[in-house]
Amino acid sequence: MSKQPLRLPNGGLVDRARTLSFRFDGKSYDGHAGDTLASALLANGVGLMGRSFKYHRPRGLLSAGPEEPNALVELRAGARREPNTRATMVELFQNLEATSQNRWPSLRFDVLSVNGLAGPALVAGFYYKTFMWPAAFWEKLYEPLIRRAAGLGRAAEFEDPDHYEKAFAFCDVLVIGAGPAGLSAALTAGRSGARVIICDEDFQLGGRLLAERREIDGRAAADWLATTLAELASLSEVRIMPRTSVYGLYDHGIYGAVERVSDHVAVPPPHQPRQRGWRIYAKRAVLAAGALERPIVFAGNDLPGVMLAGAVRAYVNRFAVLPGRKAVIFTSGDSGWATVRDLAEVGAHVAAVVDSRSEIKPEFKSLASRVGARVFAGSVVEATRGGRALRGITVRDASGKRTALACDILAVSNGWNPTLHLTSHQNGKPVWDEEIQAFVPGVLPPGLSVAGSAAGRFTLAEALQDGARLGREAASEAGFAMAAAQPAPTTDAEASELKPIWRVKGRKGKAFVDLQNDVTDKDVELAAREGFRSVEHLKRYTTLGMATDQGKTSNLSGLALMAEQTGKAICDTGTTTFRPPYTPVAIGALAGHHRGKDFRPVRLTPTHDWSREQGAVFLETGQWLRAQYYPKFTDKDWLSTVNREVLATRGGVGICDVSTLGKIDLQGTDAAEFLERVYINAWKTLPIGKARYGLMLREDGFVMDDGTTSRLGENHFLMTTTTINATKVMQHLEFCHQVLWPHLDVRMVSVSEQWAQVAVAGPRSREVLRGIVDAKHDISNEAFPYLAAREISVGGGIPARLFRISFSGELAYELAVPADYGQAMMRALMAAGQAFGITPYGLDAMSVMRIEKGHVIGSELNGQTTVRDLGLAKMMSSKKDFIGRLMAKREALVQSDRPTLVGFKPIDKGKSLSGGAHFVGIRRANKLENDEGYVTSVAYSPNLQHWIGLGFLKNGPARIGERIRAVDLVRNSEVEVEICSPVFFDHEGTRLHG
Amino acid sequence: MRIACPHCGLRDLQEFTYLGDASPSRPDGLAATESAMFDYVYLRENPRGLLEELWFHNAGCRAWLAVCRDTLTHTIQSVVPANKRKKGAAA
Amino acid sequence: MRYSGFSLIAQSLKGHAGWGPAWRDASPKSTYDVVIIGGGGHGLATAYYLASRYGVSNVAVIEKGYIGSGNAGRNTTIIRSNYLLSENIPFFESSMKLWEGLEQELNYNAMVSQRGALLLCHSDAQRDAFARRGNAMRLAGVDAEIMEVEQIRAMLPFLDYENARFPIRGGLMQWRAGTARHDAVVWGYARAADARGVDIVQNCEVTGISVENGRVVGVDTTRGQIKAKKVALAVAGNSSRVAAMAGLRLPIESHVLQAFVSEGLKPLLNCVLTFGAGHLYISQSDKGGLVFGGGIDGYNSYAQRGNLPTIEDVMEAAMGLWPALGRVRVLRHWGGIMDMSMDGSPIIDHTSVQGLYINAGWCYGGFKATPASGMCLAHLVAKDEPHPVAAAYRLDRFATGRLIDERGMGAQPNLH
Repeated sequence: MSKQPLRLPNGGLVDRARTLSFRFDGKSYDGHAGDTLASALLANGVGLMGRSFKYHRPRGLLSAGPEEPNALVELRAGARREPNTRATMVELFQNLEATSQNRWPSLRFDVLSVNGLAGPALVAGFYYKTFMWPAAFWEKLYEPLIRRAAGLGRAAEFEDPDHYEKAFAFCDVLVIGAGPAGLSAALTAGRSGARVIICDEDFQLGGRLLAERREIDGRAAADWLATTLAELASLSEVRIMPRTSVYGLYDHGIYGAVERVSDHVAVPPPHQPRQRGWRIYAKRAVLAAGALERPIVFAGNDLPGVMLAGAVRAYVNRFAVLPGRKAVIFTSGDSGWATVRDLAEVGAHVAAVVDSRSEIKPEFKSLASRVGARVFAGSVVEATRGGRALRGITVRDASGKRTALACDILAVSNGWNPTLHLTSHQNGKPVWDEEIQAFVPGVLPPGLSVAGSAAGRFTLAEALQDGARLGREAASEAGFAMAAAQPAPTTDAEASELKPIWRVKGRKGKAFVDLQNDVTDKDVELAAREGFRSVEHLKRYTTLGMATDQGKTSNLSGLALMAEQTGKAICDTGTTTFRPPYTPVAIGALAGHHRGKDFRPVRLTPTHDWSREQGAVFLETGQWLRAQYYPKFTDKDWLSTVNREVLATRGGVGICDVSTLGKIDLQGTDAAEFLERVYINAWKTLPIGKARYGLMLREDGFVMDDGTTSRLGENHFLMTTTTINATKVMQHLEFCHQVLWPHLDVRMVSVSEQWAQVAVAGPRSREVLRGIVDAKHDISNEAFPYLAAREISVGGGIPARLFRISFSGELAYELAVPADYGQAMMRALMAAGQAFGITPYGLDAMSVMRIEKGHVIGSELNGQTTVRDLGLAKMMSSKKDFIGRLMAKREALVQSDRPTLVGFKPIDKGKSLSGGAHFVGIRRANKLENDEGYVTSVAYSPNLQHWIGLGFLKNGPARIGERIRAVDLVRNSEVEVEICSPVFFDHEGTRLHG
Repeated sequence: MRIACPHCGLRDLQEFTYLGDASPSRPDGLAATESAMFDYVYLRENPRGLLEELWFHNAGCRAWLAVCRDTLTHTIQSVVPANKRKKGAAA
Repeated sequence: MRYSGFSLIAQSLKGHAGWGPAWRDASPKSTYDVVIIGGGGHGLATAYYLASRYGVSNVAVIEKGYIGSGNAGRNTTIIRSNYLLSENIPFFESSMKLWEGLEQELNYNAMVSQRGALLLCHSDAQRDAFARRGNAMRLAGVDAEIMEVEQIRAMLPFLDYENARFPIRGGLMQWRAGTARHDAVVWGYARAADARGVDIVQNCEVTGISVENGRVVGVDTTRGQIKAKKVALAVAGNSSRVAAMAGLRLPIESHVLQAFVSEGLKPLLNCVLTFGAGHLYISQSDKGGLVFGGGIDGYNSYAQRGNLPTIEDVMEAAMGLWPALGRVRVLRHWGGIMDMSMDGSPIIDHTSVQGLYINAGWCYGGFKATPASGMCLAHLVAKDEPHPVAAAYRLDRFATGRLIDERGMGAQPNLH
């Protein structure tokens, strides 16, 4: 096994005492704690880490941070496989397993690299110009080929075995980024006593301080860092969150963040999530996210070995890895020279410095001569040499003279772009700063300030000053008084002049603007030629900036090249828009625990356990689980169970939990008046102790909901709603009261969950009830007739409500007791009913009985139907105003040929019916113009011994007796049916009154 | 987004449901005309800028709130209980 | 120059120097027969069909930004005609038919990919509701098929069939549905319209609509006044604001709808998938990104961005349906402004101002409608009578009650 040939013997922030072994493409390597996957691979001399998207070019590291476009790997394997993972952001752990992606058969030999040869044809947008003939070949041939070649890594194929959770945090000051600016801000704010949260995407705090050799207050910056972190840790209101990326800024100071809780271990420890999605509610925030270094576009700028100069410093200083043995620096500004110094410091050979500026500062000249580097002033790198790794470059000086140099690392520096992404998440447009030649934050979102490099103030001194000042301001704006400001720490000197160059025109070879998506300078030229000159057109046409790095290293170059093409200034060419998230966020972290059975809450009725004991099969109805049917061993199948339940109820007595119905308690001297206004029928006339069926409309005249409402006292009503509309009706009633008629004296509260309610139905139901209703309550037919509704007691003083209402059409009651008594009520009823053969029935049997009686439910109250459509027009009072009254009169709502509720039954009694079929005339073609309506509900009636159905048929009531077809083309069935009344059973309703 | 409920304090968007433009007044009573009702039901203000709108604090105090909010920036200027609002606050 | 494999290869030998602009970046003339406000898919398609089918080529398309900068470039690229109501099916099916020949007609590869769109159902009641819809489609001559769970499992084995809160009970498949590359649709129509003489004027914002004696006479813009015999609005998202310039009030609210794309992945999903127990639809682009959409945020907004509750809701649905997605990352999310109408269906109609036509209220459904919307608006503008497949999209239907409410939600735009 290799021994990390490029690891420096000393220095850096890796823990040489802790060696971690890992695998890349099946081969084993060693690294250290404190490494990233990228630094560990580099230490082992692995330069080739990925392949590009289109041309499958060999690629190595460009960066050491979140902007990495090249070194994307599939991390872990199997169900934990995580595609497109930036090696620069992966904290090394023992037994880490990573695989290169988007190559076949191997990273070194990738067949699709032939795309590079076809390169001349595969220009930007080539696919818009071809693959059109013959038309049918697109889906069959061209597209599958494109799809197979496209894409990057492979997603896992199996359920993610890890957990994710959501968390919420509230603070006075959120600091984003724990570099010098962020740490200063957190420290100043934290000293005020404000609740501070400081997040950093890295696993080590310090930002660029970790990568640079700098001094603060005359000592190594590491000392300041250690002191500052120690003080922050000592402040009880400061929360430090490493490994946490703040990815988005949403309205009113809400920040989305993702904490990588267990990504730095192979498998999350027990009870720990892999990641945690945070919503951070911050009164104020300081963005101190630093800056990202910019590359230069030149031919062959994508070879492994061409790296950002700041990244080279990070690998050398933080990770103690020498990215190459012979370096050349290519820079357009002072910051590239820091790399010369730092490389020399660790004994690396710096062969040359190519500075595009003609004037070189004396201190740089002396640095170069000290380290023995040739200096090419006013020069550029025109080309590179090498196959899968950099072997040399060609330098061109101002006179056009070319010099070939051997090197295996080219460190490129072209200034920095502020990491201002979050400032544009609320549509803020960055503005061009001519002096620093970069976009800086424009109008800031409320509550956010920007410190240090993120604001285009790139020196360490500025970062420390900004951080202290803005941390102080943020805390004070959040209400925390501050002691007098202390002077910001001093730093060593720093040269930061810059004269960026965007591209070097070469003679041949591809010069990449967007490395991941393989967008070249030629592509930008082509886009300009074809009129795709708006920045957004450029992006969309060439795919520039659309890769997983979101153009962090390419957007500005693209813009600059387009500016060059159109002869405009960069600021007149456009700005780049940064959309959230700042870096890609795992779907799992956004979903948290909401998956599998926990996707949505489960609501259980108060009698659920009893139903389960009875062997119920449950059905999802919205969030509720309701008993669908109660199979017995003796039942042949589902239908025989349902038939048994129906026949037992109609022949004796059955019970069914109806607790899911919405229940709303209304009280007040105007409660009756209020009901008059929300229901279409009359309510003031309802006597105390009586229930009435009510229908309410939406204001647009269509039916909203129905249910029975009972008058329990002069000023006290209890409304029931359908299960599905319980919340909606409650909200509607509150609206009617609070917004429309606040002067009405009425108050309402939902009591849906407070009561367990059961339907006791069938000719023996009264006898069963007598067994549990306290004797002082007379429930005889005379004393407690149809539609009676009263507060009573059961089981020796347990408060209860009894309603003589019936969905089944039988003599029936609904009995409600406080929810906690629900199970006891069911057991008591079962005991009391044993002698009468009492049978629990579920939703399916209930549905059969309600269809037999032509009662409507959600299938009919589908929001598209009117009172007239339901055959209930006569319920509408003309003596009062009510919600929906006027809009229900619109011409199209009262047209006679509207589909109207009818019943129907098969001519051939042996045939079954299906929901969703459409009505088409007997000898009519199956065409839309012959569509006369549709089927809403069907059931097999064990009483009638054939199938029955409800549906809406044009001009339905006038067509009773007519034959028509129920056509179900998607299920290949067609049944001739006879239209009939929707009431199939006990037309006169005599059983109700029994 | 957060809405400062006058009863419950600053609460997350997801506790609320939205109705929309608060300006139309329901033409109550039997004398109301179909055309006035049509305007009430179907025509809403839809400005790019300040809008007085109705929100329901369904996961909180169940109050209907009149919220004056900018539809372009989402900035909220005022929140009052709907039954205490003065009409035309956005104007 | 005509686009083809041959011209591409020929150009690649010449460094692609011969390609000209896909469309001219026109400056506005002082007068046109027709001015179309809005350089999105609908506006450009209208111009194209006016020029190619109705012989009206003295047309300008006026766009305040760059063409395709609104919803045309922000949608989730789905095309389908799986509607329920008889007023909608023929229109969206005519759109589907136009999609099927679009690329050859425009000489532009818009990557129309009929990979199928599957609506999942999670209960018997929902299955019946889908059967009702599927039967309506079949009666209208549109393909629709009920798929059983086992068929779905064979096709999409990675969905949650074992442990789902709302188990998959089946689905309604339209095989002819699919996706198209949204930007390419815009560019294809622009190029084809330009070739037929249409002026495409970018960076030109309409600031007023001039009306004299009840008749439209032109528009005021940031690039000067433009006279026109007829003016057509195709500015979904901003319809209320632009219509107000002519004194009109529309039954429309502007709402934000968010969309999401994941990092690029090797092919996983070969159809458009809609979850029936939450707000979620997913497809995979040719580039490899999973494209997600969900419900609107639910409040009026012109901000083109949304908030976390909806984002999390969409991702919860994604995990609820497809639990292997946990480690797939969302790369980008954004918002578009939807013209949410009061019944969830569009409006293509003349207005009370003579010569002024509107095309609005597209809710979620604008992209798939692009070709038919262009055709129908062109027909209306050219002939002053509605195209037969769009005859129901009248502005006065709210007053007459001839609503087209697919979901039965009533006059509450954020519920459609």
